[in-house]
Amino acid sequence: MADQADFAAQAMDYMPSLYSAAMRMTRNPSDAEDLVQETYLKAYRAFGGFQQGTNLKAWLYKILTNTFINTYRARKRRPEESDVEDIEDLYLYHRLGGGAATGLGRSAEEEALDRFTDDEVKAAIESLPESFRMAVLLADVEGFSYKEIAEIMEVPIGTVMSRLHRGRRSLQRALAEYGAERGLVDVHPG
Amino acid sequence: MSDDAVGAGDGGEEPEVADCEETVHRLYHFLDGELTEDRRRAIRAHLDDCGPCVDVVGFEAELRRVVADRCRDRVPDQLRERVARLIDHERVVSGGASD
Repeated sequence: MADQADFAAQAMDYMPSLYSAAMRMTRNPSDAEDLVQETYLKAYRAFGGFQQGTNLKAWLYKILTNTFINTYRARKRRPEESDVEDIEDLYLYHRLGGGAATGLGRSAEEEALDRFTDDEVKAAIESLPESFRMAVLLADVEGFSYKEIAEIMEVPIGTVMSRLHRGRRSLQRALAEYGAERGLVDVHPG
Repeated sequence: MSDDAVGAGDGGEEPEVADCEETVHRLYHFLDGELTEDRRRAIRAHLDDCGPCVDVVGFEAELRRVVADRCRDRVPDQLRERVARLIDHERVVSGGASD
């Protein structure tokens, strides 16, 4: 069992990653601040039940995710599904010129990725339907395993994999759209 | 892409080698570290001789790095201070301060 006196020393270091996740979830700074604050208060109160030695970051994310769902999801219901069936494998890769030639070292399409700005990547993530967005955030930004994500989101692992699959495809399409606006991306490859 | 699906199995254990299709199909599970050891090894073996697949895997790994790097926001100072204050307050209120 964890001692509440140790809470600040252990939990405060995760604030940058929790705040960044909260920004992607709520899509605005004032809601993100409220969400993080609420998460820390709930976590402090519940810290006695945290099992020392288990994954504190995953535990905090679970509180963050639950708080987000309970507080914010009720407010605005958005369509959950999006048509990802027509997004083929390696969608963005092909649009950035991948597969045309191979050389040694960093390829042209990898260089092209670096030209996306912070704002474009954030906006692309924020454009995803909520459940896909959460899965992509937890896996690709925070590096949680499928099992950890299943526990955080309280869904079966199969659901995590399917949301990730669809979320990543949608993300590639969103990035390709931003890239096309700036001429980084070939909209009709091949 | 190359389609040399069958690896040169010269030992008793017959090492499994993935082809391009399987590599692309399992790309995300591979990058996520969520494959069984056998499948991971089969894809690694394929990547030893398939330049185009190395390129694809490199791209997707780079995409993930870019996404993770670009999604960081700076915590506002006042949020950090407010949370610290609230937790302090909470400790006093619940009597945990007297230790």
